[in-house]
Amino acid sequence: MTAIPLEVRDLRTTLFTRRGEMKAVDGLSLSVGAGETVALVGESGCGKSLSALSIMRLLPDPPARIVGGEVKLNGQDIVPLDEEAMLDIRGKEIGMIFQDPMSALNPVVTIEKQIAEVVMAHSGLGRFQARARAHELLEQVGMPDAGRRLDAYPHQLSGGMCQRVVIAMAIACRPSVLIADEPTTALDVTVQAQVLALLKRLQAEAGMAMIFITHDLGVVAETADRVVVMYAGRKVEEAAVDDLFEEPLHPYTAGLIGATPVPGATRGDRLADIPGMVPALNALPGGCAFAPRCSRAMERCRREKPSLTVPVAGRLVACFAVAGEAA
Amino acid sequence: MSALLVLDDVHVRFNTAAGQVQAVNGVSLDLAVGETLGLVGESGCGKSTLGKAILRLVPTSAGEIRIDGADIAPLDGAALTELRRKVQMIFQDPYGSLNPRSTVGRSVAQPLVLAGWKRDAIAERVDMLLSWVGLPPEARQRYPHEFSGGQRQRIGIARALALNPKLIICDEPVSALDVSVRAQVINLLEDLKAKVGMSYLFISHDLSVVEHIADRVAVMYLGTIVEIGSRDRIWREPQHPYTRALLAAAPIANPKLARARRRTILQGELPSPLDPPTGCPFHSRCPMAQARCKVEPPSLRAIGVGTQAACHFI
Repeated sequence: MTAIPLEVRDLRTTLFTRRGEMKAVDGLSLSVGAGETVALVGESGCGKSLSALSIMRLLPDPPARIVGGEVKLNGQDIVPLDEEAMLDIRGKEIGMIFQDPMSALNPVVTIEKQIAEVVMAHSGLGRFQARARAHELLEQVGMPDAGRRLDAYPHQLSGGMCQRVVIAMAIACRPSVLIADEPTTALDVTVQAQVLALLKRLQAEAGMAMIFITHDLGVVAETADRVVVMYAGRKVEEAAVDDLFEEPLHPYTAGLIGATPVPGATRGDRLADIPGMVPALNALPGGCAFAPRCSRAMERCRREKPSLTVPVAGRLVACFAVAGEAA
Repeated sequence: MSALLVLDDVHVRFNTAAGQVQAVNGVSLDLAVGETLGLVGESGCGKSTLGKAILRLVPTSAGEIRIDGADIAPLDGAALTELRRKVQMIFQDPYGSLNPRSTVGRSVAQPLVLAGWKRDAIAERVDMLLSWVGLPPEARQRYPHEFSGGQRQRIGIARALALNPKLIICDEPVSALDVSVRAQVINLLEDLKAKVGMSYLFISHDLSVVEHIADRVAVMYLGTIVEIGSRDRIWREPQHPYTRALLAAAPIANPKLARARRRTILQGELPSPLDPPTGCPFHSRCPMAQARCKVEPPSLRAIGVGTQAACHFI
């Protein structure tokens, strides 16, 4: 049996700052199978991007350090690896797409050179072949007029086209895992639809495992197979996408879904809002981090952190109220 | 209902180093007292420029903007101040729209000071405004950096409400906010409208938010309105191919509905407003485009009751 493309176990990343230690990622476990898309959802500051950067080993130390857990990429734990070994793995076995395509590209290097650089670093192809491969990749990501864009600079392209270039670079070496961090947040809605369709097509063609980080539940519903909901650095719920939207178990998930307008709702319906806001990582309440905002919070929630339980087969939730119901 | 705001063939032009940009190209619409009109479109379509033109923050190059029946173009001095009392704006970026060196109390009081209110009356009004937007009276002495994005947006709303405006132009007011906080601010805007009774021009690229809050919706593309109609008609029977494409592209926060719908994804990207297509501005991306569309710009005409669309083929 081949190994699962990505398996994260009990990952802990701590930020060591002057204001104290902050547990940015606090015991995250998840696995992504070949051809599967797992959405990592939550509001700003919940640790979703830091989780992705930890998996890629891209966080600067100091202040960030992985203090525990493992990240198995095709069976190999990459947490103990040194930077040199990581350079070989990033871009080759695991690719990443960032939110802001303009700043992910070098403004003074042509598109062709930026893609060719990735290709040459990992494949041993020469300059000439790498150029041909860059052209082929641009065609593959649906760049209009691909041949002519090779010699363009990023500022000559629109945001959507730049994101296509970033995607071309991310898939250049056919990685088995792709991490997309808010890849369409900066794009207009019609271009977002194009890029989402492109990512789905590329994933299906290559059978990539994909982690899709987003705060937009609409995008989650359109792309994900499974969803991991994070709050204050911890996973609070995990479920198949249909189950999650049909019956969110964690009060935070239910709040997020209630707060998102859906088409066809009656005019005048109030959105369900979650009172308060996401707590700062250096001022987390004891017990469940969501308790101060939670309508179902009990005495126990303020004292003790709930751990993940399995209320129904195939689902995970970290909530005393839900666990109490199931028991 | 009487019209509070009437735009008649409004044009806004910018001269840039790269040439002239026709940011708003002949927009006509009206907004009734107590109504929320959503203005949607993608970046660069001119929706924010149009909002600014209504406040005379950018000059129009042709056409007329009337508020309460009076043309705003010739206003100056006291009359212009009076216009800005009637029409206020809430901005997208809650970090950039408050003076970081002014206390919240001073920022919210500023419009009142400019309007010549007495000290005691100002203090009382500021407390009331802060309580309307759900902030404690202690917030007065604090500075913007002590507040989160959602709270700062509340401060901006309190300031906009200070002088009982008749119309508030909301320019992407919730786009920078997290989901749970976004819902709080949307609910607040709706509650305030019920309480105070002003109108909103709600500018947003987020269709789900506009569908939630608007009574009527205008869809803009490259400086022109391509369709305008009641919220229900726009979502149930979109007429213009661009409106249909926009609705098809918007993600739906429901996996079953998302899978069930048939969607045609619009190809291509927005043309540059520096070099807009001839004829119908949408023809370069339109699945229905014919030869005529490249030459002749369609005008906005009535399609059934209360809906207007600009397309040769509906």
